[in-house]
Amino acid sequence: MDRRTLLKGLATAGAVAALPAGSRAEARVVHTPPEEMKGLLYDTTRCIGCKACVAACKRANELPAEDNGMPGGLHDAPLDLSGTTKTVIKLYKDKDESSFYKAQCLQCIDPACASACMLGAFQKREYGIVSWDGSKCVGCRYCQVACPFNIPKTEWHALNPKIVKCELCRHRFAEGKGPACAEVCPRGAVVFGKRDDLLQEAKARMAAEPTKYVPKIYGETDGGGTQCLVLSHVDFAKLGLPDIGDKPAPDLARTVQHGVYKGFIAPVALYAVLGSVIWRNRRKEEVAETQEERP
Amino acid sequence: MTEHVAPAPLGGRLLTKPTAGLLGILGLAFLLIVWRFATGLGNTTALNDGYPWGIWIAFDVVTGTALATGGYAMGILVYILNKGKYHPLVRPAVLTSALGYTMAGASLVVDTGRPWNFWKVPLFWGQWNVDSVLLEVAVCIMTYVAVLWIELMPAICEKVEKDVSLPWLRSLAAKVGKFLDKALVFILAFGVLLPTMHQSSLGSLMLVAGHKLDAIWLTPFLPLLFLISCIAMGYAIVVFESCLSASVFGRKGEEPMLRQLSRAMVPLVVIYLALRFGDLAVRGQLGRIFTTKLAPFFWLEIALFVAALVLILKAPPKVDLGRLMRMGLFLMLAGALYRFDTFLVAFNPGNGWSYFPAVPELLITLGFVAAEFLIYLAAVKRFPILGGSRA
Repeated sequence: MDRRTLLKGLATAGAVAALPAGSRAEARVVHTPPEEMKGLLYDTTRCIGCKACVAACKRANELPAEDNGMPGGLHDAPLDLSGTTKTVIKLYKDKDESSFYKAQCLQCIDPACASACMLGAFQKREYGIVSWDGSKCVGCRYCQVACPFNIPKTEWHALNPKIVKCELCRHRFAEGKGPACAEVCPRGAVVFGKRDDLLQEAKARMAAEPTKYVPKIYGETDGGGTQCLVLSHVDFAKLGLPDIGDKPAPDLARTVQHGVYKGFIAPVALYAVLGSVIWRNRRKEEVAETQEERP
Repeated sequence: MTEHVAPAPLGGRLLTKPTAGLLGILGLAFLLIVWRFATGLGNTTALNDGYPWGIWIAFDVVTGTALATGGYAMGILVYILNKGKYHPLVRPAVLTSALGYTMAGASLVVDTGRPWNFWKVPLFWGQWNVDSVLLEVAVCIMTYVAVLWIELMPAICEKVEKDVSLPWLRSLAAKVGKFLDKALVFILAFGVLLPTMHQSSLGSLMLVAGHKLDAIWLTPFLPLLFLISCIAMGYAIVVFESCLSASVFGRKGEEPMLRQLSRAMVPLVVIYLALRFGDLAVRGQLGRIFTTKLAPFFWLEIALFVAALVLILKAPPKVDLGRLMRMGLFLMLAGALYRFDTFLVAFNPGNGWSYFPAVPELLITLGFVAAEFLIYLAAVKRFPILGGSRA
């Protein structure tokens, strides 16, 4: 940290301390206006499992191949998301039905990873993309504990491990490009765009062929809503998308924590009480001692 | 009433057969830590993307600090409830607390992937995320480690004043001792406030895990349950440790006081159990404790709490050290299992993930425990920690 950052930090701390109690708790929550949010729409009925998206993602993000220890080791065959894989195509199959699923970060509107992160290494930045900043990360992995979808991954074999997850190829935006996976998808199964537009598109597809889809857009309201949306012809739970209700994932922790620590009043009050009780007890003791010493 | 004897060093040789063994374990752990930093977490631990937190968090940090609440629990009793007769038990309790918390901090350095960024956590105030329970836990624990060592300073000052030949150092120690005596109220109040905050927040940590934590354990009462159980564990460890040092160092005469002290745990355990079952009933999860595969773990927790409670309530007036020790041990195990269940056993990320600690992980944890024993033994032999009456 340079001096400027420290000074800035001190100044902000002062400013935050000066805020009225109520607004302080909200100060860190970054709200992206709904019309600015961008994400992906994934449609299981269009996906043919060609994995072009997986390869394109690796290329665009310069991620090394995973050979799974097979002899020869020439083939990149990731089995799941990992420190070297930000998206992967999975397959669900039973007697009656089957479906591909493109696993990746859903870019929560109110992300649990960001709410858990001590210094805000995970934050919502441009277009509401949940982005990681290594300079603020201690590698505590609380984000991994917090994410209801098990998305953030650690580079377990690195000496200065990064936390890895899809950030919608935001490093390509400057070149006028979007996410690589959507760019290469031959079937329009992955589409990149503004969340509002994606939601409209999803509703239009469902309205056009209502029998084809499960009557729900995953991510519209789940966990407070996600910027990436999923349309499916099989039950979402079978794709590994849990039923987590409509409340944001960090809600329970936030309600309890801010309930106890609102405005930091309770700890300060408790300290004052404890201090005065200890002081009174010690005075009593001193008085008793001096009385004992008298003949 | 028993006479208080001022704390004094026990004396004796530092290097004995047991301490040599502990040193061996510590040395092995040190080598493994070097290996961990040379090759990364993936090569030395069983940690994975489903179970990013293993025994270093569940045992060293969460259980380790809960077992290090002796200083906190005795602080409440002696300084808040004004039970001065327990004063001889405070210093050894604060010593074990300081050691336990320091080792928890040390294991965090080994556990985190990028510990070189750790110093930013307390200093980058402007970046603090007040939503993060872990931030509160981290800052609070760092402050408390400092408070604990300040609470121990009088013992160190006394030693320096008595045994150091440099006059300027002796007068400095005397000055520091006097200053601490005046500032003591502020320090002691912190010594009670900070554990109240972070021991409850250690429970809040798992609230954000949501559906990944089994419904028996996931409750808004996690912070309260963690707080109540850790205070009970604090008394349990004081009783256990006093019995242990009584038998190891042949000290006598503390049994009646320890028997009384153990009764302080009764209301805590009763409230804890009532809250645990009441919460399950209110959330409509009572059926779960008979149906889920994890139910045996729940019942084992409850059985250990009840066993400790029965041992206390049925203790005869002339209680022996063995019974007191068993009682302390049961309660420590009960609280420890509750923490293990909340952080590991009842945590299921799904997708077939599993975790069982790797041998190097276990040995490093063992090394930290060995370090605690070594420093404790050296401290009570050379510093005025243990008081009371000697046989």
